[in-house]
Amino acid sequence: MLAESISEIGLGHFLVLSMILFITGMLGVLLRKNILTVLMSIELMLNAINLSFVAYARSLNQLDGQIIVFFIMTIAAAEAGVGLALVVAVFKRFKEVNIRFFEHLKG
Amino acid sequence: MTNEYFIAIMLLSPLVGFLINGIFGRGRWGGYTSGAIATFFALTSFASAAYLVFGLTELADGPRIISATFFDWITVDELKIPARFVVDPISAIMVLVVTGVGTLIHLFSIGYMHEDRGVTKYFSYLNFFLFNMLVLVTGDSLPIMFVGWEGVGLASYLLIGFWFNDEEKATAGMKAFITNRIGDAAFIIGMFILFFHFGTLEFEKINSLVPVGPTLSWLSPLTLGTLLLFIGATGKSAQIPLYVWLPDAMAGPTPVSALIHAATMVTAGVYMIVRLSFLFAAAPYTLMVIAIIGALTVVLAATIGLAQWDIKKVLAYSTVSQLGYMFLACGVGAFGAALFHLMTHAFFKALMFLGSGSVIHGMHHEQDMRRMGGLKKYLPITYFTFLAGWLAIIGMPPFAGFFSKDEILWQSFSSSNGHWIFWAIGVLGATLTSFYMTRLMALTFWGQERFDKKHHHPHESPYSMLIPLIALAVLSIVGGWLGIPHVISEVLPAHPANVLEHWLEGSLVHPIAATAVDGGHADHAALEWGLMGLSVGLALLSAVTAYVFYIVKPEIPKLLVQKLGQAYELVFNKYYVDEIYQRYILNPLVKASEDLWLYVDVRIIDKLTYVLTDMSIGTGKMSKAMQTGNIQTYALYIVMGVAIILTIFFGV
Amino acid sequence: MLLSQIILFPLLAAIILLIFNSKSDLLKQAALGLSLAELLLGAKLFMAFDPSTASLQLTENYSWISQFGISYSIGVDGLSFWLVLLTVFIFPIAILGSWNSINKSQKGYYASLFVLQTAMIGTFLSIDAILFYLFWELSLVPMYFIIGIWGGARRIYATVKFFIYTMAGSILMLLAMIYLILMHKELMGSYSANLLDWYKMQIPFVGGVLLTPQTLMFFAFSIAFAIKTPAFPVHTWLPDAHVEAPTAGSVLLAAVMLKMGTYGFVRWVIPLFPQAAQYWAWLFMVIGVIGIIYGALMALVQTDIKKLVAYSSVSHMGYVLMGLFALNQMGVTGALYQMLNHGISTGALFFLVGMIYERTHTRQIAHYGGLAPFMPWYTIAFLIITLSSIAVPMTNGFIGEFLILMGSYKSNPVWAYFAVIGVVLGAAYMLWMVKKVFYGPTGKELSGHKDHLVDLSAREWIILSPFIVLVFWMGLRPNDFLNYSRHSLEHWVKNQSSYTLDVKK
Repeated sequence: MLAESISEIGLGHFLVLSMILFITGMLGVLLRKNILTVLMSIELMLNAINLSFVAYARSLNQLDGQIIVFFIMTIAAAEAGVGLALVVAVFKRFKEVNIRFFEHLKG
Repeated sequence: MTNEYFIAIMLLSPLVGFLINGIFGRGRWGGYTSGAIATFFALTSFASAAYLVFGLTELADGPRIISATFFDWITVDELKIPARFVVDPISAIMVLVVTGVGTLIHLFSIGYMHEDRGVTKYFSYLNFFLFNMLVLVTGDSLPIMFVGWEGVGLASYLLIGFWFNDEEKATAGMKAFITNRIGDAAFIIGMFILFFHFGTLEFEKINSLVPVGPTLSWLSPLTLGTLLLFIGATGKSAQIPLYVWLPDAMAGPTPVSALIHAATMVTAGVYMIVRLSFLFAAAPYTLMVIAIIGALTVVLAATIGLAQWDIKKVLAYSTVSQLGYMFLACGVGAFGAALFHLMTHAFFKALMFLGSGSVIHGMHHEQDMRRMGGLKKYLPITYFTFLAGWLAIIGMPPFAGFFSKDEILWQSFSSSNGHWIFWAIGVLGATLTSFYMTRLMALTFWGQERFDKKHHHPHESPYSMLIPLIALAVLSIVGGWLGIPHVISEVLPAHPANVLEHWLEGSLVHPIAATAVDGGHADHAALEWGLMGLSVGLALLSAVTAYVFYIVKPEIPKLLVQKLGQAYELVFNKYYVDEIYQRYILNPLVKASEDLWLYVDVRIIDKLTYVLTDMSIGTGKMSKAMQTGNIQTYALYIVMGVAIILTIFFGV
Repeated sequence: MLLSQIILFPLLAAIILLIFNSKSDLLKQAALGLSLAELLLGAKLFMAFDPSTASLQLTENYSWISQFGISYSIGVDGLSFWLVLLTVFIFPIAILGSWNSINKSQKGYYASLFVLQTAMIGTFLSIDAILFYLFWELSLVPMYFIIGIWGGARRIYATVKFFIYTMAGSILMLLAMIYLILMHKELMGSYSANLLDWYKMQIPFVGGVLLTPQTLMFFAFSIAFAIKTPAFPVHTWLPDAHVEAPTAGSVLLAAVMLKMGTYGFVRWVIPLFPQAAQYWAWLFMVIGVIGIIYGALMALVQTDIKKLVAYSSVSHMGYVLMGLFALNQMGVTGALYQMLNHGISTGALFFLVGMIYERTHTRQIAHYGGLAPFMPWYTIAFLIITLSSIAVPMTNGFIGEFLILMGSYKSNPVWAYFAVIGVVLGAAYMLWMVKKVFYGPTGKELSGHKDHLVDLSAREWIILSPFIVLVFWMGLRPNDFLNYSRHSLEHWVKNQSSYTLDVKK
């Protein structure tokens, strides 16, 4: 089956790639200590999702998936903006980007 | 209609006296005022009682009964208890004794108590007692009787603890009430058994429902019910095993001991059995128990009485013992004899208590007989009246005690429920009674003066105290003439009738087959004479012995005490019954309660709730630990959650 | 409208009180006046009540959450009549009893009292389950504050214990109520939280199996009510709450709040789950007997007067539980009567304890002794109430105890034999306390307070005299009181297995 799917690039390939990217992102979120890297990993996860959406849209010949991708991109941009702003604010004050440091926020 | 009024007056006038003295008199009136008020209301009660009894004698035909129903007390389901009061031949005797002796004792109290600070309170309690006693006596159903039954207990509690600043006296009152309560609890259950068996608690109705033959089963409702009622009676009337409160009850003022703890209240148990004679007569097993308990109490109390030094304690044990006689009489089915002895005993024992009160009064509240002696020249009237009481109680003819005690002894020998053992125990008791009463006379009135003459100036009591003494002395002499047995009346010139027997005819039920001793009239009479002579002779002998012991050769008792050693110790310490109760019942109970409190309440139940709260706190702590604040942990939770949901939905 | 007025007027009173200045005497006077006005409403109820019928009277019914059949429906019958009157009767006295002892934020105190009154009366009058639950829980809140703010030293511990105990039971009850609402939909085709509708349901019952609807719900309700009563194993909140509560709090707790539990059994548990109640009656009689004896034994060894009285409550409520589960006319009548008795005698006892506490600031029995000569009238009043508490004939206590014991004997003699032990023990602990406090030589602690040991003041006389009058009135003429409940109780007992209640038009 694997051999067959390699012969022609289809939905399966995109989904596998999307999954690899998503897992990579997820591990980045769970494991990396640098908050910036974590934010980037989140972007990676979002894009992995985008990829699968687009792949499905193409495969099913429907536009819905592609439209959702625009939403996700918008939200990702907003998220990145807010997240980075917070990180910058914290860094300016505490000179710290280690994610463990943010535990102190729980009070 | 008028009868209803008179019953109401009889019952309520002591209550009115109680309220007047209790509410208005406190701290304002002296002994004479409040005493006069109380005595007046007691006298009113006596007058209406006398009127009613007189009216009863007029009722020749039909049921001799005067009744009054005032209102329905409790009505629930099949239970209907009207507040109904009756005067019939049985209660008539009691009503007269209670109000009559009661009035005399009220009068006596004026002289005895008028200097006391709480005298108004005293008189109001006395009136209160009278009211309750009348309710007890005239109540026409068991619950109404129980109202009076507990009411007199309450009055007794208040009066025993009258000088409550002395903790011992307050304790004595409490002990009396609680001991009585044990009996009362049994009484209540007894009532229930009878109610659910007969469907009613009114005397008349029960009477018509009692089965004809004797009920020969321990577990029949009749036997159980009557037994429980009898346990109630052992509480009120100070019988084994609940007699322990009565000697302690002597802590109360002496007139109270005379009225409540000798003449009236303590006889309530006997009265109850006599009242329910139709019921008890049908339960021979109960009668047997009653006779045995009565006989044992006679001897037990009499032996304890031998060794007491406190004049009132001697009289108290004597009361217990005399009550034993009454129960013995009930037990052998001679209810009339029991009532007869109840009446004569009320006279002579009230007399002796009042006499001892007069002595105590004259001796400035000295009660120890070791510090008395030779008082007859200081208190002549008291002495002579006491003499009458003494002769009555040791059963010398023709004093009252002779007739009633003799009838009990004869019945316990001859009746179908009787046995010669009961008779023998009765005679033994009479002999002991004669001994300790003579001892009391000897130590108090005869012999050397052992009191400190510098401090004690014995003096005769005022007339308010002497009049009741004289009246009671007269009654102690003539009271017995109401019930002269046939064998004696035959040889007497006028052949006086047995008034009492005639009066009670038809009101009392005799146990079945009361004609066991029927073998020839002449033999029977000869036997009765013989037994009578024997008991009187023994009593006389023991009186003389006591005289010799305590007057002629006072060293003999001391020698005896040394010789007897442990036996004397045992009797002197009242067989350690109080100590046994204390150690094996009360202390374990209190200890168990404390343990229960500490272990069950505090250690188990409260601990258990703590465990529950700890558990919820523990759960909280666990979830708290999950909230690390680390974003990555939270993200991990999310991942785990997703994984779990996916496994659930898509199954691996 | 009368019943709604009775329920809601105290709430209005609580709001009215808010406009007063907290420190002024006017506040207390206004509170007293308002509670007396409520008493007048009670009198109006007394006039309007028709004792000749067993049906529910003066009913009111307004739709509330109609989707689930929940409504504001209230009504009164012979079962709740006296309890409502007891509540309106006791509040003015409670306010009078707090006259001098409450000095901290009085406004809140009196407002709490009034809210409590609304909750209590509402509990007795509700015919709708959710409404009942609402009032039931509402009663906790003011009591929580009364104990927690104006209580003694360990008040926080006591309130929390009190709150959690009762709350734990209530949750179960709420679950059972929701279940019943749903069950009504299933059996009858529509949602309803109305008790009268519930009575008509035949809830499936399988004897001895715990996990069947009727048994399960029977226990859910019973546990809630048993905690409130309080029955034996779940009684430990009571002594603490009583000891820490201010006088009026103890009085209301004993006189009315405990009755909410036993009333729950009469109104809810036994008629709703008749088979389960019959099947498990023995269990509750045993619990009752244990309560009687255990409470008495506890009372015997207490050193604090208030705690002693609290444990005596456990004992008295044991009688009530026993009478109820005798499930016959005498037992239940006795139980209902005993509820009133206990309200009167224990209520008065707490007042009396409060009075002496205000004078000496100690409740330790050992500190007292020989009080009688200093305060003779107080002693008399105490003695009268004691007699009522130990059920001496001619006082109210006797009627209740006698009927309960008789009813229990009828249903099962064995438990009556045990219960009668309580008669003896009751006398023992009360008289022992009376002896220690009033008799004997003057206690050491009292010597310093002799100036304070003045006899009853006029205010205290006003507080105590209604109780004393009732003690004798209820003891001598019980039929005057029982006649108002007779028909309801007869109906209740006779139709136990299929109890329904009509509404009087």
